[in-house]
Amino acid sequence: MIVAEQKTLDEIKTLLGDGRRVLVVGCGTCVTVCFAGGEREAGVLACSLRMACQLDGHAREITDVTVQRQCEWEFLDAAADQIKDADVVLSIGCGVGVQAIAERFPNTWVVPGLDTKFMGLPTEQGIWAERCAACGECLLGVTGGVCPIARCSKSLLNGPCGGSEGGHCEINPDVPCGWQLIYDRMEKLGKLEVLMDLQPPKNWQKSRDGGPRKIVREDLRLPHEE
Amino acid sequence: MSSQPVDQSFEPEITAFYCGYCGYMAADTAGALKVQYPANVKFIRLPCIGKTDIRYLLAAFEQGADAVYLVACPLGNCHHVRGNERGVARVNRAKKLLDEIGIGGSRVDMFFMSGSQANAFADAARTMTTRIRELGPSPLKVKAGRALGGTA
Amino acid sequence: MSLGATGSPETNKSGLLAGSNLEKVLRAGHFAVTAELGPPQSADHAAIRNKARHLRDCSDAVNLTDNQTAIVRMSSIASGAILVQEGLEPVIQMVCRDRNRLAMQSDLMGAYALGIRNVLCLTGDHQSFGNHPTAKNVFDLDSIQLVRMVSGMRDQRVFQCGEAMKGPEPRFFVGAGASPFAAPVPFRPYRLAKKVRAGANFIQTQLVYDIEAFEIFMETVRKLGVHEQAYILVGVGPLKSPGMARYMKESVPGILVPDQLIERMNRAGAQWAGRKPEELSKEEKKTRSEAWKAEGIKICIELIQKVRAVEGVAGAHIMAIEWEEAVRPIVDGAGLLPRPNLS
Repeated sequence: MIVAEQKTLDEIKTLLGDGRRVLVVGCGTCVTVCFAGGEREAGVLACSLRMACQLDGHAREITDVTVQRQCEWEFLDAAADQIKDADVVLSIGCGVGVQAIAERFPNTWVVPGLDTKFMGLPTEQGIWAERCAACGECLLGVTGGVCPIARCSKSLLNGPCGGSEGGHCEINPDVPCGWQLIYDRMEKLGKLEVLMDLQPPKNWQKSRDGGPRKIVREDLRLPHEE
Repeated sequence: MSSQPVDQSFEPEITAFYCGYCGYMAADTAGALKVQYPANVKFIRLPCIGKTDIRYLLAAFEQGADAVYLVACPLGNCHHVRGNERGVARVNRAKKLLDEIGIGGSRVDMFFMSGSQANAFADAARTMTTRIRELGPSPLKVKAGRALGGTA
Repeated sequence: MSLGATGSPETNKSGLLAGSNLEKVLRAGHFAVTAELGPPQSADHAAIRNKARHLRDCSDAVNLTDNQTAIVRMSSIASGAILVQEGLEPVIQMVCRDRNRLAMQSDLMGAYALGIRNVLCLTGDHQSFGNHPTAKNVFDLDSIQLVRMVSGMRDQRVFQCGEAMKGPEPRFFVGAGASPFAAPVPFRPYRLAKKVRAGANFIQTQLVYDIEAFEIFMETVRKLGVHEQAYILVGVGPLKSPGMARYMKESVPGILVPDQLIERMNRAGAQWAGRKPEELSKEEKKTRSEAWKAEGIKICIELIQKVRAVEGVAGAHIMAIEWEEAVRPIVDGAGLLPRPNLS
């Protein structure tokens, strides 16, 4: 899932600028399950901001609404009236959600309340870790299901580098060495010889480096009226 | 967070959430033994302190509370196993939030007691009331010009 | 899609790939000696010329590090070109952290045009170690893909994209690094084999202080036949103090320092043992430092003699960090002077 973290109250207050009527918009999908921008967080943030702004001497009218998923027009439309009514919308969806609101409501000023961090999973309650870098060309089939792009700090395809020690990456003892994980998996599965293949340079054009990406599925589109 | 000069006419308004087991029983015991404690506290019963949502705590302040506290079973003895531990985590988060907001984290707290501890129940109320008399009214009230306490 | 072994690279009329001094020395069967020089954190070319003085005639080639530990320094290639002016032979280092494949190929062609003939292909320390931790890291290629690319430019006269070069190709003697004791240890000889299969002609290893552990590594290396396909130069470096020895043992991945060596360094400073730094005079500190350094050089000489005796080792790579003056006494003490003159 997409994992995000809330910005500080100070940063959010700055982003709100002069906006008097603020609508906090939460999202019921990814940011709910990483406890950053769901219905509860929207309620907490709205209340916290009301009180904080009052104490600052810049009282604002702050309400909140949470939609199923900010990244789909039909769910956003359900909150259209409230969105149009606001001076500024504080979206606590991921970066996609913030942009979806801006795109769907072009006359509305939208600001983000979250920093979108990565695609990952909860390894245990309260801890989320990055797993996928959306490189556009998945090679998990040759690395035993561990991603070298996302989990190796240097995204090596023929790793590990010389900085791997004690199973962790040179940058931080809390970060496991992605290639140690790959090696261990392949050893356990009896497939170490796969690591002797020379992986060629990656085609980064398929990732964000190639420019903003788009997928068109003709089989899912209705023919246009002529 | 401001510290107002102690105004004898300021009566703290405190909201307390107690759990339906030890908290409720301690309240009951205090009543049965006629233990005296300040009348400044408004009590709300939850099935377990683990049901505490940060929104309840914040709403209390927004609606005029000068302080909020939780009353739970002793750690290790929660009738719902670990509900009181969740309460601790949420109170700690609330403290940080209240500091960021500018209300002050010392206005929220948590107390543990078993059902027979009538005096502990009364002590909690006394402790918070005294603390708030010293700290003064919630900054929200001061800002709103309601520096003197009492109900609206 | 994976790549198989490279074909035999073309050599020039003298049977050499690049014709560098290092290549000639190794192919003639001499025990090679390379040294290292860290470029300045400024635009000062004199700093390179001054350091170079200490390394002239006591090494076959000199490595120029490439923004080592992710601290910005004068470029390896520019420093290498200055060494060429000074009459020494550079081994430029190129890390994968700072450049994409376009910049790498472009810089390599320029390096060759400036007279540089040896390149060591490395991954590179992560930028979080250095003075610009907020930089974007590149890692378009990894070190093994880089080796392949540089070899391809020489042997097939093509760019990485497959297009033919429109003129003379850069003919480098291609090197790669090896870290025998980094994790996972059993995989290291196999990863070395991968680098050689990708086209590495010579290898320079991370610092070795533990000969026993190194011999175990070399056993597998020899079993894989790698020592016959590439020249292996073992990294050695003089210790400056017991503190440095401890730091390397505890904080640098892949460096094993036997306690017995730390003990020797401690004993060299025994005269001043048990006294706090504040209690020692400037003179005493200087004398103690010199005693430590003398022992460090002695240990380094012994290490060179020991690795020389290990089958499959073709030379030593002396890393005397910010202590270039130590190289000559080490090379001399190891009986490796004068260096062969094969021009």
